[in-house]
Amino acid sequence: MSTHDVSPSLKTFSTPNIYLVFSLLLAFFSMAPVATAEESPLLVPTLEKLKKANFNTRKQIVGELEALPDARVTLILENMLEGRLYYERKGTDFVSLDKVDGVYVAVSLLSDQVSEDVKKRAYKKISVNNALRRTLRESLASLQLRSPDLDTRLAAARDLLKSKDKDNIALIDKALASELDSSAQNLLSVAKAMLLARHGSEQERLEAISRLEGELYPEVRSLLSGFLIVDGDGTPIESSAPVRQAAEQALASIEDLITLNKGLENIYFGISLGAVLLLAAVGLAITFGVMGVINMAHGEMIMLGAYTTFVIQQLMPNHIDYSLFVAIPAAFLVAAVVGMLIERGVIRFLYGRPLETLLATFGISLILQQAVRTIFSPLNQSVSTPSWMSGSLEINGALSLTYNRLYIIIFSILVLFALAVLLKKTFFGLQMRAVTQNRRMASSMGIRTGWLDALTFGLGSGIAGIAGVALSQLTNVGPNLGQAYIIDSFMVVVFGGVGNLLGTFVGAMSLGIANKFLEPFAGAVLAKILVLIFIILYIQKYPRGMFALKGRAAEE
Amino acid sequence: MKKMTKLGAGIGALALSFSVSLAQAAETIKVGVLHSLSGTMAISETTLKDTVLMLIEEQNKQGGLLGKKLEPVVVDPASNWPLFAEKARELLEKEKVDVVFGCWTSVSRKSVLPVFEELNGLLFYPVQYEGEESSKNVFYTGAAPNQQAIPAVDYLMNEVGVKRWVLAGTDYVYPRTTNKILEAYLKDKGVAASDIMINYTPFGHSDWQSIVSDVKKFGSAGKKTAVVSTINGDANVPFYKELGNQGISAEDIPVVAFSVGEEELSGLDTGPLVGHLAAWNYFMSVDAEINEQFIEAWKSFIKDEDRVTNDPMEAHYIGFNMWVDAVEKAGTTDTDAVAEAIIGVTVPNLSGGFATMMPNHHITKPVLIGEIQDDGQFETVWQTAGTVVGDAWSNFLPGSKDITADWMPPLSCGNYNVKTNKCSGQNY
Repeated sequence: MSTHDVSPSLKTFSTPNIYLVFSLLLAFFSMAPVATAEESPLLVPTLEKLKKANFNTRKQIVGELEALPDARVTLILENMLEGRLYYERKGTDFVSLDKVDGVYVAVSLLSDQVSEDVKKRAYKKISVNNALRRTLRESLASLQLRSPDLDTRLAAARDLLKSKDKDNIALIDKALASELDSSAQNLLSVAKAMLLARHGSEQERLEAISRLEGELYPEVRSLLSGFLIVDGDGTPIESSAPVRQAAEQALASIEDLITLNKGLENIYFGISLGAVLLLAAVGLAITFGVMGVINMAHGEMIMLGAYTTFVIQQLMPNHIDYSLFVAIPAAFLVAAVVGMLIERGVIRFLYGRPLETLLATFGISLILQQAVRTIFSPLNQSVSTPSWMSGSLEINGALSLTYNRLYIIIFSILVLFALAVLLKKTFFGLQMRAVTQNRRMASSMGIRTGWLDALTFGLGSGIAGIAGVALSQLTNVGPNLGQAYIIDSFMVVVFGGVGNLLGTFVGAMSLGIANKFLEPFAGAVLAKILVLIFIILYIQKYPRGMFALKGRAAEE
Repeated sequence: MKKMTKLGAGIGALALSFSVSLAQAAETIKVGVLHSLSGTMAISETTLKDTVLMLIEEQNKQGGLLGKKLEPVVVDPASNWPLFAEKARELLEKEKVDVVFGCWTSVSRKSVLPVFEELNGLLFYPVQYEGEESSKNVFYTGAAPNQQAIPAVDYLMNEVGVKRWVLAGTDYVYPRTTNKILEAYLKDKGVAASDIMINYTPFGHSDWQSIVSDVKKFGSAGKKTAVVSTINGDANVPFYKELGNQGISAEDIPVVAFSVGEEELSGLDTGPLVGHLAAWNYFMSVDAEINEQFIEAWKSFIKDEDRVTNDPMEAHYIGFNMWVDAVEKAGTTDTDAVAEAIIGVTVPNLSGGFATMMPNHHITKPVLIGEIQDDGQFETVWQTAGTVVGDAWSNFLPGSKDITADWMPPLSCGNYNVKTNKCSGQNY
């Protein structure tokens, strides 16, 4: 263990820690000028009380801390919220403890001392529970309303919607007076109206409730429906009849808007499910659709792509945000190479014998699964989500589009587009189409059909690998990942029409949207069954799917 | 001719296995391990196999049992339910094991039950389950619903003030039965039917968008809402991710899960999960001397500093020690003698208390509620004052209210109706 003052310590740090320490230092320098300006003698005694307190007492202490005129409080509360606030078992210091590259680093929250490579057992955590976390968030929100950063202020205002504390009205008024950004102003005025609707005089409450009309935040709905709750024997809990009436009216206007937004949201959900199906199926549209190989190991190609993402993230742990951009080409290569090996090693001997191909590829899929179990362990692997893919784009209080799905929709369409260009506009695509339409003729023209088969199969597998990168952001990365998608993939390709990319696209999207519109009524299990039944009936009538190949190409 | 060779080979194999087991019976006590090492359940069950192997190794270091060494017999039922029955038969008939530790899913347990009853074997089952069962040959060291689900609901109702409930589960026997019990329990406590939302999803469900959106809507009705999740291990990850992405934090709508433990958390990014709850009878983070020893022993046995311990492992630890004590008490490994001796046996659990085998073949356990932390561990936020006795037949289901299990004479019955004073013999 080594303890240093901030500035001379920099040189002595081992390289992997520099990044962390640097960011910690940054945090402190931004605090530093104020820290010298505002310090309260009460801070340490108040913190001391935290050590022995239970969760309920801790809540009160957080209130006391918030009121202290000390600039260090914000950072202390932030660390407490994140579960990083520790105190020395033998000592008086309070620190922020974090593990980086297997080493614990403690940063004192009272002075700015950084201690590196400390023993975790020397510190004890100030634990927090959900109720405490909520209090902390509210306390921080009131402190952060003064932040110069707009996003911080917006987040703080959003947190204030959950507040029930009357004292916050004055605080919001003060913030409103200096706030210039319109969206932050709007949020603050909603938060104020919500507090007034709870605590104001009857007149203020009625005005506040009419202000809340058309606001779609779940908290607003929750507040308004709260006014309408009746207790066991039917007497309303809210005593004022005009307030109840106003709440009912406001709620009715909100419900209409919510129904509309729910519909839009359902379409988005459908498209995003469709995009996932599309990604999973588009590789199969080539190996099965174009080449006619029933490839039961297709799901395992997806799995290989997902595991490649995991490995890439292990190799670049400090650059998770960029890892996916490296993972996409890497996953394509890994899956494509494995795909070509399978084609050259097994499938090429089995062309024209679908039953044997099915069994052989099924065997390969089991081999690949067990190989992954042996190499990586049967446990699921943790793939991190880059920061730009978490959270959601909030359109209004009731409709928000989650970023990960949004990017996957865009990505799947890009992949489809790139594939279409490859098939229609390049020489390789031309050769590929030539071979699938008439193998012997193509061969006579000097095309090496054997190699082309391998390349085509590699392309289909590689795209499955790319799908794995996307799926690693949505679901578990484990040996069974592929199995979950193989049936869906075949469904999409058969339904859309074998050998047709447009069919795959339309098939995936319509199945996705149909599924999402059935789910609210029928439940997830029944919705899936209904879709399957529909496809069975559809295939009975149109055995070649929605977009059947016509003309000479369809002869075989 | 072909038939003849087959027959000959069969007799030969039989004779061989017979002579082998005879020869070995003299020196060793055989312990069967019936956990899937491949297939979907390998993720959870492999760890339990290793736990049993570790316990056997430690027992052998202390001189074995009744002066004999313990010998593990590991088979792989490959997450295949009918294969569980076949492998159980193999363990009991061919290997002649004295005891079996095994199974994870309820369906695998139901599949081996007839085999254990027919061949009179001993099975220790280490996983929390839906109850409604008490077999003469099975000892349930995991939690019954009243040792996990009901206390968790009590905690949310009394400490967190939850008034509206989402019961979300995977579509199979454990969630269906547990939710049936919970629904009856909640209604019993005065929760209106309109305040309960029940939802089932298929195994491995990964597209949670609509369901999370529904939960969000259900949760904004002016009453504190919580989700009680009996969603099967794997499908939880995308569920939590979707909750995080749609901006629902544990402070708004907490999720209490019965199938998410340290092992499951080690495979995922715990950031969006912080504050969500789990109810178990053991957490790796429990502050007890005996727990630290166990963790240390486990890490050095498995040669991996990052491996975690979890609740079913503790159940095997308790079950194994109970069996050892019972065998010593009975002085033999004979099934009937051990089954009789084990009732009332008390061994330490890993949270600093004790577990006792009850006459209904369930054990006493403390119930802990923990909140998920950033590092994949649980912080205990609440626990029962003492231990809770496992209830084989739930008091909240109309069909099993009057039924009790007691394997002590004079009753010796797994399904005894106290109203009609009849033993139905329908133990599972």
